[in-house]
Formats: sequence, structure tokens, C-alpha cells
Amino acid sequence: MQAKLTTLKGAFAVAALAIGAVTVGLQAQAADAVNGNALLEADVWPALQKDVFGTKVAQENASVVTLEAPVRADDAALVPLTVRIPASASGRVKKLTLIVDKNPAPVVAEFEYGPAAGDGERVLSTRVRVDMYSNIRAVVETDDGALHMATKFVKAAGGCSAPALKDTDAALADAGRMIVRTLGSIEGAPQLRQGQLMIKHPQYSGLQLNQATGFYIPARFVREIEVKRGADVVFKMTGGISISEDPNFRFTYAAGSDETLEVTATDTEGKVFTGRGGPKAS
Amino acid sequence: MTINRRMCLAGGLAACALPVLRVLPVGATGGFVIEVAPGVFVHRGQHAVFNPQNKGDISNPGFVVGEEAVAVIDTGGSPQVGRELRAAVTSITDKPIRYVINTHMHPDHVFGNVAFEADGTVFVGHHKLARGLTERSERYLAINKDLLGPEAFEGTKIIPPTLTVEGTRTLDLGGRTLELSAQPTAHTDNDLTVADSKTGTVFMGDLLFVEHIPTIDGSIKGWMALLDRIGQAPPVRVVPGHGPHALAWADAATPLQRYLRTVATDVRAMIAQGKTLAEATESAGSSEKGAWLLFEEYHKRNVSAAFAELEWE
Repeated sequence: MQAKLTTLKGAFAVAALAIGAVTVGLQAQAADAVNGNALLEADVWPALQKDVFGTKVAQENASVVTLEAPVRADDAALVPLTVRIPASASGRVKKLTLIVDKNPAPVVAEFEYGPAAGDGERVLSTRVRVDMYSNIRAVVETDDGALHMATKFVKAAGGCSAPALKDTDAALADAGRMIVRTLGSIEGAPQLRQGQLMIKHPQYSGLQLNQATGFYIPARFVREIEVKRGADVVFKMTGGISISEDPNFRFTYAAGSDETLEVTATDTEGKVFTGRGGPKAS
Repeated sequence: MTINRRMCLAGGLAACALPVLRVLPVGATGGFVIEVAPGVFVHRGQHAVFNPQNKGDISNPGFVVGEEAVAVIDTGGSPQVGRELRAAVTSITDKPIRYVINTHMHPDHVFGNVAFEADGTVFVGHHKLARGLTERSERYLAINKDLLGPEAFEGTKIIPPTLTVEGTRTLDLGGRTLELSAQPTAHTDNDLTVADSKTGTVFMGDLLFVEHIPTIDGSIKGWMALLDRIGQAPPVRVVPGHGPHALAWADAATPLQRYLRTVATDVRAMIAQGKTLAEATESAGSSEKGAWLLFEEYHKRNVSAAFAELEWE
């Protein structure tokens, strides 16, 4: 039992590395959750906010960011989220952070926007794991350093420890396969395009027990993604284990003379995956 | 064997239409199983999710009695269901229970295994079953402890197979053999079918759901392809993982094939239109709503799984 717990803590440490210093303070919390559910019912946000954002305090502000999430997840390992930043605010947005308060690694991902992120309503959709009933937050940082937040409570359980893989062999055989494409223009926003990025990756959370060995399967997940349109960055993502298996993103970006998207993704084993795609030729 | 022919008793009405169907005397087994073909016995579980009242009795375990030995096929969703199944075996025959075969990894088919452990039984499964179980064991135990409640959950443990099947394997029970076939990924990635040589009965596990909405935990494409293939030379009699004790292939497979095809067609159309997973779960396959029990519990999750698979086409 002791060996398992040590390995589990190791997994959290790996997850923490991916987000830099952000989750370091959360290891103790995660360990507490494993040990005795001590923090499960408490409001974890004040302490979590301090760990992630330091002294800054995020204010609920629907004029800067809104979040769509299901009230009850159909599959806790595959919870769809959509973040919308209205046109009136998108020009001032530097960074978006997605957080699932009660996940073992609460910071799902950070997105830093680049010059090709585009003007107009900025939309980002992805899928996350939710380990227990939890608040989910989209926190946006504007160029004045202020933090704006949208929060949704989602009823889901078991998303992180679930072996998301329905077909383990197929998932491993395909790891790194990528689909990048432009889904086309957006009605009422001719200056924007909608892109989609899909990466085959098992996103091992490090919370899945191999009972035969008594050890947890080591965490292995996509750590960084850079999406460019030509030479210009659309966004750079730094992510952790709370992104679902086969990471999937839909996002708006700026139209231009060359709308081809170039994607580079790196996982925690240092494997680099690349892909490119653009509007359909037809 | 001391089996009297009886008319169908309460609970066996749907099965009355089938040939060679016998209900055991209540005194012998408490009506726990019926004989769907000579020497082939099946228990019918409820259509429900795990709860303390049903004690995990929500799937169709069964057994086949040979001249020398017995093979149990699936063990129900709790140690208690496993014990009742074992009592049904010993009330019918004193032949040893040589094998316990699990058709796949889901808790409602394997949690009764522990009731047979002391018999020195060989546990048999798909060569990927052990991995599927060990990867999920912690979660299966935690979640189902809550769902079943402490009384029904008492004594539950995961028992992986010690005899594994890759391709096919034949088990000899004396006077009849069982042909075990490890199937490609369909309902799960560790589905195993069990065919009885003597009666042509095939235990399909959860490759067949009847009345109860199917659940996709493997591959919708793989499942559709497998059903098409088996349907080209269908078994004479099938035992579904959920539904009546036994029925004809077409009666079991046709509605299921329609469901899977409808979900796949709707989801593919929505993917082609650029719709999101969240949008798909709201409407895809909704025409199937009136056709299945437990639709609300599992349908959206099926759509979600189908979407995540089919968007890679």
C-alpha cells in the first residue's frame, strides 16, 4: 500500500512539472484527498486560486468570458467544454486557464494567445476529465493583468482514474496521429476561421492502477502544443492529465492569405508530433 | 439429473415461445435458472443498474453440464448472485465445476466469480480480459461498492482468468465441448463467445443486448462488423448478456444492429456538418428512444463514445 501511494505521489509530481510551478502546492492537497477525503467537501478555490495565480483574485465577469459545460457529464472521461470570449474583450486577452477544482491536477491547461488568434468572438472547445463533482473554471487574463472568470458546476465522477482507453492496443498503436483542419468561415465574422486539432494520445493520468504489478501506470500526456497560422502563433498550450484521451480542440483564428495551420505537440516523454492542415481544396 | 418438465412459470413467459425450454422445479433451484436446451441453463437478470435491492442481479449468467464436468459462463454482479448460481449448479448435478468462463470484463458479469474460487475452478477469458480488469479494478470496486451497498458488495474481489483464449480454444466437458472464440474489439476489447457443440447454443455475452439498451465500451464499428459477420452463419440459439434467457439470432441481433447503425449514421452526419460532441449527444440516435429500456442511463454516453471513435474516420 505504501509503495502504491508513493508511486501515486510521483505521478502527481510529474503532472505538476508540466504546468511549471503552478501545481506544486497542490501535491499536498492531492495526497490529502487520497488519504482521507479531508478536503473533498471544503471549498478548495481560495487556496487553489492562490497556488495558481498568486495574490491576484479572479472576478466573475460574463462580459469577458463565458463557459459552456454539461450539468451532468455523460462520460466523466470526456466532458465537453466551450469557452467564449466576446468580441468586445478578445483583443485584450492574453491568456486563458482552464481549471477543474477537485481534480488531482486541477489546472487542465493554459492557453497563451498569439497574433493570429484573431479579432471578434474568440471560441475554444475541448474535452476534459472530471474526477468528482466539481466547479470548472475558465479564467482569462487581460492585458491590464486583471483576471476574469466564468464558473460552472459539473456532476461527473471518475474521469481521471478511468482507463479512458476503450481499445488499449489501438490507442497505443495510433499514438501521435494528428488531424488538423479548417472547418471553414464563421457566419457574421469574415475575419475569422474555425480550426480543429485532434491528436491520438492515451493521456495516461498516472492514476490508473496496474493490479498485476501493484504499481500505477506512469503518467504520460501531451504537455505542450503550439498552433501557428503560417509564421504567426494562434495559441500555445501547456496542459496536464485532465485533458481527455485523444486531445481535441476547436478554436477560432484569424483569416489570412495563407490559412494553413501548423501544429507541434510534445508529450512528457519528449515525443514530438507535428501536423498541418487547412481549408479543403474542393 | 432430476429435471421435471413443467409449464413455464412466472417470469418465464417470454421464453415460452422457444422450443426445448424447461423450467426447473422450484424446489430444485428456486427457479433461479431455466434449461434453454438440453444441459444448458440460464439465469435471467433484471433490466436495471446496480442497486442494493437487485444486489447486482442484472445480467444473464448460465452454465453447461457435460458428462464429466460443468462450465459456468459469467457469474452475475455480486458474490451473492454467484452463490445463487453455484447453488443452482449443485442442485442439478454433482459433476465438478471445472471452468468459470467470463464473456468480458464488466462487473455485472464477473463480480460473482469469487463464489467459485474455493472449488479449484479454472477461470477462463479473452487474452485481453486480465488487462482490462486490472486497469479498471480499483475503479470498478470503488464505484460498485457505492452502487451495490455494503451488504451485496461484501466479499467482492476481482479474479482475472488463468486460462486465456487468443483465437479459439476448445474445452471438453465430456460428451460435449465448448468452443470459445476471442472476438475483435466490439462491445469491449475482451469479448469472448462460448458455443456448445451439443445443442448449438451460443453464449454471446454483451455482444447481444435485448430490450436493455446496448452500451458501447469498445468500438461501434467493430461491433457492427462482428454482428454482420456472425449473422452470415447465425447460431441456432443465442443467450444474450441482457434480455430473455435464449432466443433466435435474428430476434436478438436485428434491433441491436438497427440501434448501432442509427447511432453511427446520425453521428457521422453530424461530424460531416461540423457539429460538436456536445451537439451530437443532444440529438443523435434519438429515434431509438422508445425502443429500449434504460435509454436515459446509457444513450448519450454511447453517442459520446461513437463520436470520439468516428471523428477519426
